[in-house]
Amino acid sequence: MRRRRTRNRAPWVLLPLAAVGVAFIVLPLVALLQRTPWGDLGRLLGDPVVTDALRLSLVSALVATVLSLLVGVPLAWVLARTDFPGRAVVRALVTLPMVLPPVVGGAALLFAFGRRGLLGEPIYDGTGFLLPFSLWGVIAANTFVAMPFLVITVEAGLRSADERYEDAAATLGASRWTIFRRITVPNAMPAVLAGAVLCWARALGEFGATVTFAGNLQGRTQTMPLAVFLALESDRDAAIALSLVLIAVSLAVLIPLRDRWLR
Amino acid sequence: MFAAASLSDAFTELAQAFEAAHEGTSVELSFAGSSSLREQILAGAPADVFASANVANMDEVIEAGEVGSATVFATNRLQIAVPAGNPAAVDGLADFADPDLLIGLCAEEVPCGVLGRQALDAAGVTPSPDTAEPDVRALLTKVEAGELDAGLVYVTDVLAAGGGVQGIDLPAEIDVSTSYTIGTVTGSGDADLAAAFVELVRSDEGQAVLERAGFERA
Repeated sequence: MRRRRTRNRAPWVLLPLAAVGVAFIVLPLVALLQRTPWGDLGRLLGDPVVTDALRLSLVSALVATVLSLLVGVPLAWVLARTDFPGRAVVRALVTLPMVLPPVVGGAALLFAFGRRGLLGEPIYDGTGFLLPFSLWGVIAANTFVAMPFLVITVEAGLRSADERYEDAAATLGASRWTIFRRITVPNAMPAVLAGAVLCWARALGEFGATVTFAGNLQGRTQTMPLAVFLALESDRDAAIALSLVLIAVSLAVLIPLRDRWLR
Repeated sequence: MFAAASLSDAFTELAQAFEAAHEGTSVELSFAGSSSLREQILAGAPADVFASANVANMDEVIEAGEVGSATVFATNRLQIAVPAGNPAAVDGLADFADPDLLIGLCAEEVPCGVLGRQALDAAGVTPSPDTAEPDVRALLTKVEAGELDAGLVYVTDVLAAGGGVQGIDLPAEIDVSTSYTIGTVTGSGDADLAAAFVELVRSDEGQAVLERAGFERA
């Protein structure tokens, strides 16, 4: 009910501009629907190429989001709450994957974690473990590209949070870890969830870094965006149908979450 | 001028020769995968000439009436590409079945992938690829970086990559190649100039440039 009270009557000049914004996003989707081969949809959805790709997409985006939470929330806290020399540089570096063309990011990952990479070579020589051409490679590429969305959102949430609760807890003798766990995280929870949703959505649509770093093999590394791209080369109808599946899955997750957390 | 990505070097050189011969003209080159170019032409992109890396894409635009007719002007063969020094000691198509090697092919949806599978079929090899790359340059990049032990790419790509990769010829009895086709677009703004460019590509001068890039005479 709280939200209903805060709803304002919009200044009239905003409405046409907002309508243009919506139309610009919705029109291409409508065009896609209009081209969709509805009759073939059932057959395409049962195709192992599609079921494999969908499974890999969901698994890799989910694991990438969990990993991003694991290191991204602490990173956001450090950036929001501590002061150290070079912090501005670190903040800029953390957001770099957002502006970097994903293909460049994928190549950089290859030079770092590939068989001949900076860190990849000693790991491969020592253990035989190889990130590229595996599901972990897909997850690494997804995490690289998507984590900044989580870090930025959580950092903004922490910055706007009221620090007096933490100060009060500290004067009452709570340890730093207790404060972080019992006050900081619960206060930042909306931002954490919003960041996680954004991160997941970005990971689900990831293409360039994934194909460059992890390659493309059905059942192993071929996610939905890769399957769509390749279908476009040979079978336009299949590509459109696949895109539709990806859009449907995204909306099914985003509509309920977006309304609750991305306010 | 819409041309397949593999023609980049040769057609850039030919465009310069064309501009020198036809004063006041400038050739605008747009290189991409043949399938992408096909889609753009079908969607009404303002092209004068279309050069495709295979026959199938050209046939589609001819069927749609966007190109009147086309001729084959060059062919391209496959080679096994290995990183410089050939660290995994790959010596033939049989190595593509070795699960311990990191093997790359092109995806079945693109011409080099179709051709690669034809070659492996002809050699009786069931490959165990670790990746099926969406285009031949992506595959070459991974071989060049040493992340793959071997990949099947075009002869022209191995030449263009310089010292970063080595090429291993396929046995002579494996006779697979792709035909490059060229045609003028019916909606061309300057049909005479477009036809003149096609003539240049098919002339001895044009064929010599293509041969230097590793293509074979059609």
